[in-house]
Amino acid sequence: MHSTRVEDCKAFVETLIHRYQCNPTELIRILREIQDRYRHVPDAAIEALASQLSLPRSRIVGVIEFYSFLHTAPRGRYDVLLSDSISDHMLGKQSLMDDLCRKLGVAPGVTRADGQVSVDNTSCTGLCDQGPAGLVNGYAVTRLTSGRIDRMVPLINESVPLAEWPSDFFAIDDNIRRADLLLNERPEPGAALAALLERGADALLDEIDRSGLRGRGGAGFNTAMKWRFCREAEGDAHYVVCNADEGEPGTFKDRVLLDSYADQVFEGMTLCARIIGARRGFLYLRGEYRYLLKPLQDLLAQRRQKGLLGDDILGATGFNFDIDIHLGAGAYICGEESALIESLEGKRGIPRNRPPYPVTHGYLGRPTVVNNVETLAAAAAIAVHGGQWFAAVGTAKSKGTKILSICGDCARPGIYEYPFGTPIRDILTDCGAGGTLGIQVGGPSGTFIEPGEYDRRLGFEDLATGGSFMIFDASRSLLDIVGNFTHFFAHESCGFCTPCRVGTSLMKNTLDKIHSGHGTAGDLVELRSLCELIKEHSHCGLGHTAANPIIETLERFPDLYEQRLKAIVFEPGFDLDGALEAARQLTGRDDSAAHLQQVDR
Amino acid sequence: MKTITIDGRSIPFEEGQTIMDAALAADVYIPHLCHNPEFTPHGSCKLCNVKVNGRTCSACTMLAAEGQDVINNSKELNDARRAITQMLFVEGNHICPGCEKSGNCQLQALGYHFNMLDAHFPYFYPRREVDASHPDVLLDRDRCILCELCVRASRDVDHKNVFDIAGRGINAHLIVNSATGKLADSVLEVDDKAVEVCPVGAILVKHHGYEVPIGQRLYDHHDIAEISLMTEGGGSDE
Ligand SMILES: Cc1cc2nc3c(=O)[nH]c(=O)nc-3n(C[C@H](O)[C@H](O)[C@H](O)COP(=O)(O)O)c2cc1C
Ligand code: SF4
Ligand code: SF4
Repeated sequence: MHSTRVEDCKAFVETLIHRYQCNPTELIRILREIQDRYRHVPDAAIEALASQLSLPRSRIVGVIEFYSFLHTAPRGRYDVLLSDSISDHMLGKQSLMDDLCRKLGVAPGVTRADGQVSVDNTSCTGLCDQGPAGLVNGYAVTRLTSGRIDRMVPLINESVPLAEWPSDFFAIDDNIRRADLLLNERPEPGAALAALLERGADALLDEIDRSGLRGRGGAGFNTAMKWRFCREAEGDAHYVVCNADEGEPGTFKDRVLLDSYADQVFEGMTLCARIIGARRGFLYLRGEYRYLLKPLQDLLAQRRQKGLLGDDILGATGFNFDIDIHLGAGAYICGEESALIESLEGKRGIPRNRPPYPVTHGYLGRPTVVNNVETLAAAAAIAVHGGQWFAAVGTAKSKGTKILSICGDCARPGIYEYPFGTPIRDILTDCGAGGTLGIQVGGPSGTFIEPGEYDRRLGFEDLATGGSFMIFDASRSLLDIVGNFTHFFAHESCGFCTPCRVGTSLMKNTLDKIHSGHGTAGDLVELRSLCELIKEHSHCGLGHTAANPIIETLERFPDLYEQRLKAIVFEPGFDLDGALEAARQLTGRDDSAAHLQQVDR
Repeated sequence: MKTITIDGRSIPFEEGQTIMDAALAADVYIPHLCHNPEFTPHGSCKLCNVKVNGRTCSACTMLAAEGQDVINNSKELNDARRAITQMLFVEGNHICPGCEKSGNCQLQALGYHFNMLDAHFPYFYPRREVDASHPDVLLDRDRCILCELCVRASRDVDHKNVFDIAGRGINAHLIVNSATGKLADSVLEVDDKAVEVCPVGAILVKHHGYEVPIGQRLYDHHDIAEISLMTEGGGSDE
């Protein structure tokens, strides 16, 4: 780097450090801004950060190398990432990617020599109902077609600023197709807080209890109980965190809530804060939803103006609470609540050892409630309408409604809110799906069901889901789907524990071997036991569920796997002839004697 | 006295002790690799996974509590532990016969302990960097098992923060805290705890190769369970 650049970089880091008050917990936000400006985190910035934040430089490098959206080597001035979710693939993502790379003259993952552009894959961007989707310099682009790709190429080559790109590229629709309790009406901003102040924190907590509300992020923990544990936990500060990491492929309902119901989400956080005694809250927004950052910050400012945030909220002395938005940097694992907290603290997103749980030892070791976006929105509505209003809907163990994000092979993908207990069959009718192979309920970490199971119902008793609902018709290849999911987990494993770090990669390689027609019966046996090992012995939920796609489909469709097996007893794990390539290059030979036949012809 | 049971045996524990602490104090061996009683428990290698009232937990991080019925020495668990050990072997490049740590290496010793006869999984053959820049210490990442003992030792004992982990998933790797990323430019010294603590042959002291012939070393003649209980167990003088 030229010395002027080094000076510029140092000065920039200086202003950031000043803005973030020299606080090492802000490291990821600081790094994101540096990445934005320089398309990577230059060495001079690492140096300056290390000395000014008093952090080991290895700690900073460790963080950069952990998150997919941070880099130590420059990305292109235009960094294009295409969503690698199965739903994007089903809409033709791969040919668009090939097209784009060819027309721009780049290879995936390699910045073009002139530094102008880089193109790469990224995990599901949460735009599955309007894909194929992607990110350009972090901003979401939707409904990519070969026409759009053709328009994009000159924009990039001619350095047209992103702000001048056609706005239809960035159009994002809510696509709300079925509204129920939550989506039907929006309480007036402040209504939940008024109810809280009128009736008191104890009464409101009882109301949440009466509603039977359980967490919408996947695990389904009772919300009132979580709040009560946190409230009773000792600590000199308490925190509320809204989990908007929404990384489970096929899930995009939190995006819509934050787009159109954000007031209600912030209201839920404020309600929780009053009940547990928190003065500070965080919204952990996944990096892919960066386009929401500005509108959400503006909304927070409005709420401050209206007296719904800040000091003495709605005039109640001592009701002080404010919310800060942290943007993630591309890591599915940061949706796991303890990894999320590590990330909020400016570290790599490695799940903590639990117990202790965040309710007693969360952000900075203090009692912390982590709730999903939808859970908090529901809590705010319950404060207004009462627990009974909510509990009257749903089933014995699953009260209220669930918002689904539906994508894949159906006529009307989008957002659907259903009472718990709704049979899958009804959902398929509503969204216009037919001739299906099966449905992935709850994303890759969830359950694959086949047509014989469509009388099963939505709910914690039967089919739980964080919201993902992916439909596959009979034309789809099951192994393509499972392969996509398995690659996703291997890519997103944080690398902390052995069974998941090594196991997910072994699982991926074994599945690929079978998928490409090189597997044997022995490999299938091996794959099964590997799956069991990863599920049983991993450290966190990612590892516990990473083998689900294989386990679930192997149980239902063993034939589809067996059909792909070779009839021989053993197949080498590597390519014998390929292994000789280096030797051929060294010796300059390529005659027939320099090749090895893998199997006897 | 509060107790838990491990494999049917009643084991006393004190408040704040983990299952691993209680087991070691009572001379019960639970296999482990990333755990070293001198450092904060880490819980990453998963070799110490036990069943506690039917649920799988890591013994090194799980606090002992009244009413816990722990299964440790079962065929099922030991089979899983062997597979996890094999995973660690194939993940790196472990050429044991030529390694200076052979016979003193805990990974190899666990292989013996679990009667591991082959690597079972296909090798990854990763390309990993060897750092021979330091005058007294060699870092061969081929053999690193990411136990983070050196990270913890350098941070908590040496107060130098020489090591850290970077990357994610199968690309996780050990990095060195210096401008060049090289050990020679770090503040590491040969007497640092971080150098001594590596359970495998990833961090080696230079100029002392093969002083004891391979074949006459610790785990060539003693099972790792025996050595662990002798040095870390209740009878040891810690
Ligand atoms: C790998 C992994 C990813 C997760 N991702 C999310 C997520 O994106 N959003 C979310 O709300 N919960 C996610 N969770 C669940 C959270 O850990 C946590 O249970 C949840 O945020 C609690 O909120 P709730 O009680 O309102 O559901 C994830 C869990 C795991 C193991
Ligand atoms: S299970 Fe996977 S994601 Fe979870 S801690 Fe282990 S390596 Fe990390
Ligand atoms: S170098 Fe040794 S001590 Fe450090 S992480 Fe690797 S194996 Fe563990």
